[in-house]
Amino acid sequence: MISVGALDDIPTDEGVRIQADVPIAVFRVGTGTESEVYAIDDTCTHQRASLADGWVEDCKVECPLHSVCFDLRTGQPDGLLTKKPVRTHQVVVSDGQVYVRLSTEVNQPEEGREVEVA
Amino acid sequence: VTRTVTVVGGSLAGLSSARALRERGFDGRVVVVGAEPRPPYDRPPLSKDFLAGTVTADELALLSPDDDELDLEWRLGRAATRLDPAARTVELDDGERIASDGVVLATGAAARPLDDSAPDGLHTLRTVADAEALRERLRPGARLVVVGAGFVGAEVASTASALGVTVTVVEQASIPFERALGPDVAAVCARLHERNGVTVYTGVGVRRVLANGAVRGVELADERMLAADVVVAGLGARPCVDWLVGSGVELDGGVRTDAGGATNLPGVVAVGDCAASYRRYTGTVTRLEHWTNAAQQPAEAVATLLGQRPPAHPAYEVPYFWSDQYGCRLQFAGHREPGDRVDVVEGDLGSTSFLAVYRRGGEPVAVFGMNQPRLFGRWRRQLAARLPSMD
Repeated sequence: MISVGALDDIPTDEGVRIQADVPIAVFRVGTGTESEVYAIDDTCTHQRASLADGWVEDCKVECPLHSVCFDLRTGQPDGLLTKKPVRTHQVVVSDGQVYVRLSTEVNQPEEGREVEVA
Repeated sequence: VTRTVTVVGGSLAGLSSARALRERGFDGRVVVVGAEPRPPYDRPPLSKDFLAGTVTADELALLSPDDDELDLEWRLGRAATRLDPAARTVELDDGERIASDGVVLATGAAARPLDDSAPDGLHTLRTVADAEALRERLRPGARLVVVGAGFVGAEVASTASALGVTVTVVEQASIPFERALGPDVAAVCARLHERNGVTVYTGVGVRRVLANGAVRGVELADERMLAADVVVAGLGARPCVDWLVGSGVELDGGVRTDAGGATNLPGVVAVGDCAASYRRYTGTVTRLEHWTNAAQQPAEAVATLLGQRPPAHPAYEVPYFWSDQYGCRLQFAGHREPGDRVDVVEGDLGSTSFLAVYRRGGEPVAVFGMNQPRLFGRWRRQLAARLPSMD
């Protein structure tokens, strides 16, 4: 597992980027005990852009370059620009610390892939 | 009777139109005509990663396996030659006539050539084939002159210099992008070339390309000579609308449309680079060559064609473009006019990371970011709030 840092250090409705084998974007949605943390691959599947810099709304992140929206729970994009999902990764919050367990799957955007929901 | 919509144009705007037709429930025939033999692909990487050789042609493909379900009839490698609104047909260069209840004009734009000559080593960049041909020439040590410091020219200069090519840029304007970005921000962008070892001559045009079968250099308007093995004309693009002259569709530096993509002809809409459309954001008729416009204008134009209510999110109507040069990401949204005040709200103009907000009467009207995607995204959204309500 990769340590992300303290939950309180992740701003609400914003992303932080951490470096694993590939960059991972970690998002905190909502505040206090209601907040959820999600982790997805950071690089937009459409073109090079960091999703951690994107706009978070309705449990989706909008790519800062082309506005493709990815669901933070499933990694699925919506809209017409790309059909290729980003991988999702398991998030563990323990004692106020956030950890990410990387998905082991290869990023093969075929149908029927299993999705880990954090 | 099977209803047919013909989409004339097989690139981003055409494909987005075809997808929007299906997404909005149109279940008749959809015929997509594309002048290039290649299925739709993404053009922005052609001057960046594809030219650098780090992205393959296959990776540019815009079609995904899901698109098979769209059941589109493709006519690739064929150009439309005539629109006959009375007979409701689109005619192709091989003589086929497609009876069409609706037509989406999405023929895009073509690179403006430097002149009529075509010596070996003189290039423009618009298609995969163009980029492949140019890439062959960008060998380390080669001498490249880029004519025009617009986005294509600037990106080619950036990519080529990273490949070890000796690059010189010639730009007619005294500061490239001055009209779009204003003098201060434009000057910062222009400095990127020099910071990266690229020589820039501004305020001077090119009189002619010197060639002896193959390119040998260019002669500038002030009679200076620049030696070159390769010359790229980055002089912008002109809309592919010549085939529509005489059809009755109104042309005005592109196919004239209203904000919803409707032309003066019933059942005919236009989208993307070929469309000179009324823009709610600026209140003007403008032809945009922005990727985002080509990707997003079709949703509304197709709604117009089908007589449906347009999508409820007009945020895309804030004009937006981006560019990657010398490792810097440049993003601009909105519309700048002379006299707008520029506030640097993050970083400073002497660095390669800053955000500038343009204000008119105190109100933000445009935003430029260099390596500031997160902050830029927030300001871009704020600009959408200026749009008049669609109702």
